[in-house]
Amino acid sequence: MTVTTLLPAVGMAAALAATLGGVLGWLATRLRADPGSLVEKIDALLPQTQCGQCRYPGCRPYAEAIARGEAEIDRCPPGGDATTRALAALLDRKPRPVDPRYGATKSRLVAVIDEDRCIGCALCLPACPVDAIVGAPRVMHTVIAVECTGCELCLPPCPVDCIALRPPDAGAHAERSAVVVP
Amino acid sequence: MTSPSAPPPPVVGGFTVPRVMFAVLLALVPVVMAQAIVFGWRALLLIAVAAGAALTCEAAALRLRGRAPQPALRDGSVLVTAVLLAVAVPPSLPWWLLVFGVAVAVLIAKHAYGGLGQNPFNPAMVGYAVLLVSFPLEMTRWASPGAGWDAITGATALDSLRAGLRQSYTMQEIFAGTAFGWIGAAGGEWINLAALVGGSYLLVRRVIRWHIPAAVLAGLALPAAVAHLLDPGAHAGAAFHLASGATMLGAFFIATDPVSAAASDRGRVVYGAGIGLLTWIIRTWGGFPDGVAFAVLIMNLAVPLIDRSTVPRIYGQRRS
Amino acid sequence: MNVHGGLRLENHKSRPLERPLLVVPPPRVAILALDQGSGEAAEPVVVPGDHVRLGTPVAAARGAAAAVHAPVSGVVREIGLAATVGGAGQCIVIESDGRDDREQGAAAVDWRALQPAALLAGIEASGAAGLGGAAFPTAAKLALARSAGAELLLLNGAECEPWICCDDALMRERAADVLLGAQVMLAASGAARCVIAVENDKPEAIAALRSALAMVGDARLALVELPAVFPLGAEGPLVTAVTGREVPSDGLPPQVGVVCQNVGTAAAVARFVRDGLPLISRIVTVTGSGVCWPGNVEARIGTPVAALIEACGGRAAAPSTLIAGGSLTGRVLASDRVAVTKGLNCILAAAAGELPARAAEMPCIRCGDCARVCPARLLPQQLHVAARADDAAGLARFGLSACIECGCCDYVCPSAIPLTARFRDARERQQARAAEHRRALEARARYERHQSRLAKQAAAERRAFDEARQRARAAGRSETGP
Repeated sequence: MTVTTLLPAVGMAAALAATLGGVLGWLATRLRADPGSLVEKIDALLPQTQCGQCRYPGCRPYAEAIARGEAEIDRCPPGGDATTRALAALLDRKPRPVDPRYGATKSRLVAVIDEDRCIGCALCLPACPVDAIVGAPRVMHTVIAVECTGCELCLPPCPVDCIALRPPDAGAHAERSAVVVP
Repeated sequence: MTSPSAPPPPVVGGFTVPRVMFAVLLALVPVVMAQAIVFGWRALLLIAVAAGAALTCEAAALRLRGRAPQPALRDGSVLVTAVLLAVAVPPSLPWWLLVFGVAVAVLIAKHAYGGLGQNPFNPAMVGYAVLLVSFPLEMTRWASPGAGWDAITGATALDSLRAGLRQSYTMQEIFAGTAFGWIGAAGGEWINLAALVGGSYLLVRRVIRWHIPAAVLAGLALPAAVAHLLDPGAHAGAAFHLASGATMLGAFFIATDPVSAAASDRGRVVYGAGIGLLTWIIRTWGGFPDGVAFAVLIMNLAVPLIDRSTVPRIYGQRRS
Repeated sequence: MNVHGGLRLENHKSRPLERPLLVVPPPRVAILALDQGSGEAAEPVVVPGDHVRLGTPVAAARGAAAAVHAPVSGVVREIGLAATVGGAGQCIVIESDGRDDREQGAAAVDWRALQPAALLAGIEASGAAGLGGAAFPTAAKLALARSAGAELLLLNGAECEPWICCDDALMRERAADVLLGAQVMLAASGAARCVIAVENDKPEAIAALRSALAMVGDARLALVELPAVFPLGAEGPLVTAVTGREVPSDGLPPQVGVVCQNVGTAAAVARFVRDGLPLISRIVTVTGSGVCWPGNVEARIGTPVAALIEACGGRAAAPSTLIAGGSLTGRVLASDRVAVTKGLNCILAAAAGELPARAAEMPCIRCGDCARVCPARLLPQQLHVAARADDAAGLARFGLSACIECGCCDYVCPSAIPLTARFRDARERQQARAAEHRRALEARARYERHQSRLAKQAAAERRAFDEARQRARAAGRSETGP
């Protein structure tokens, strides 16, 4: 192989590489995803429990942190493995199970206030991120079960520990009795 | 709370996986007999060896994968692979090479991908391709037809065609050679006829549908016919191609392997046509005398794309 | 035939049709499920201890649940949880006094003189519901057809599923009722014409309908024969077979100008306008080798299934499985103590071997037979892969929402994969996921309102503080002023 045969080959390869590289770089700048819309998309996949188990004050801040690349996608216990899989698919990352350091995934629970023990102190009302607790000072408090996301933020403020987490509709069935069929 | 549904309905026509596989084995009997008649009884020996090797490899693979050997061993799918490979290779092949080919087909092409239903490539063709590339001499040594397994090896019709064209013989001169029979290869045309008979049986029993065989044969015959029309001196006609090499075997038995073929009927037509066309291209310009195996493997690669592009329009929805 | 796929099956319908329609006596105790098959429960309007007459409303219509009426006269004994055809649910139990006293004022309805709105109100009050199995309120369906301007009323007499022949029996013996019901429904829905679709494996029913049509002489009514292919009786394939139009998979037949009703529902509406009685009985096929004398019976809603089987000679000696519905889409019943609902069309006592056990499930070999028989033109093979991977995008792309759960793919699969059950599970998971997503969006909206409320509060407090400070400063200056 002489220089005269090598040179054209090297030249063609270099030209090809330069052209393709240039095209790809241009496409990368043209087709870059809007960072704002990415946060929206991530937030849409999160369960909106606003519980703070991911160590961010709410789901939106967590979404922003993921978009910035600061946080991993495995920090959301209420979302569970389904959420991490969906996030992995959206962001083209490797799916992984929820990191147990941030909490365990539980099945859906709602807060129920034990009315016998509630003292009407109203300390739990501001704690609820979705305003699902109805009440006022010295008036019985109650949780609107259908709005409760199970974030457990109302448990710490209660001075008498009258809030418990139960599966939804657990109370309803207990009142129904079985019919004796002849 | 809902009660469980009715037990799922019984299977219609009694088609289960074992029955499909055994129907295919039955349809291969004419091919096996033709091979024995044309090339001698060693062909039968090879089939037995291949079957034994295949069952052993499958049992070993299932044990390695931690699966129960039954009912997988009884479904007959590995026997189909074994027999197809055994009739595809030259009858003079050393038996231990065939065992190697079967092992590659069963262990690598089938079980490494997940076993029954998961192989993206046709296992018999993978075994054949590996053997052909690794042992080209033994794999292209075909005995002269009718001479028994002791005979001198000669060229096949496709070999002679290629060599003859390179040396600028005319078609008439080439076709007058000893390797040629009535329409196609001497001996080979009988095997093709036997495969056609077996394939027709499968069609009638509705084990396979017409889409893939028709598409393969059309995909091979049409370019061959057109080329022959345009330049009869340089290209053999459609009839020759249909009757030579592994055409019929490929069209009815190899390409119709449902696991590695396309999923929808429309996709299967594309798939079959691609195999036919690629076979003709490889036979005409490629480095190997018969292109069926590689054509099948290349189209196996294209199957996911074909599947994506041939999703039928769902009832009640517009074309997505 | 412009319908894709489907199966030609052995129909197993001859034995019950050898005997004429049998009327089962009213039950001693009627068990009325609040969910009569539509999936939603009606609202009870009686309490234990109330006296009811034949036809007294005992539950009010709610959503997809039609009103429920007492099928016997007597006393409401209790309302509670009991086993039902659909699993378990709240039921109203009425103890009969054996007298069958009618509700006063129950009289024939002069439907020709009524305005459509009044006619629809009457049909709604009668508790008429889809007797083909879905038990959807008939009046609501006809009202939707009227508002959508549907021009064709399609009466479904196809009855394509094996074993079920209650509609066949109805058409043979009460063809006049079917036609009267058609005329009433035409008036209520505003449709211009009616087509009764019957599969051609029912020659006696077709003959009976034809002679009834000749007697009625209403040019708007016509009969169409369809090939005996399963599942041509499903709404989508039926509409396409008769009209050539496709029902959008996320829509309803009125969108393509058609409203479908079962022939049994039409007959029920006819009885209502004739006698003034609400829907309190229906025809049920009792069949299978597990029953001594298979037949079609007319039973009051709420009659225990055991009574139906008794009326057909009782259970045969050989053990059998009880199935509510046909062999492809039916549900296994745990006991015969469940009661007839508006949606129950067949009790199949299948002896061992009548519905042969399937082979063990094997991996999919991609044979493509499932796609060939799918009436919705789906690729069950790909849906199966997506369902196993819980891949929501894949399930959507391959059209899970268009699956009508007919069971054809199950039937032909050589690997014996229970495809329909997998798709049903996948659908339930998808619905659960969609419900979760909706809940999450609502929670987010509430959270944002919560945040803005807190922000406003904080801003108001700051303003108040600033104002107070300013006032304090001003007051202080005036005190220490010159």
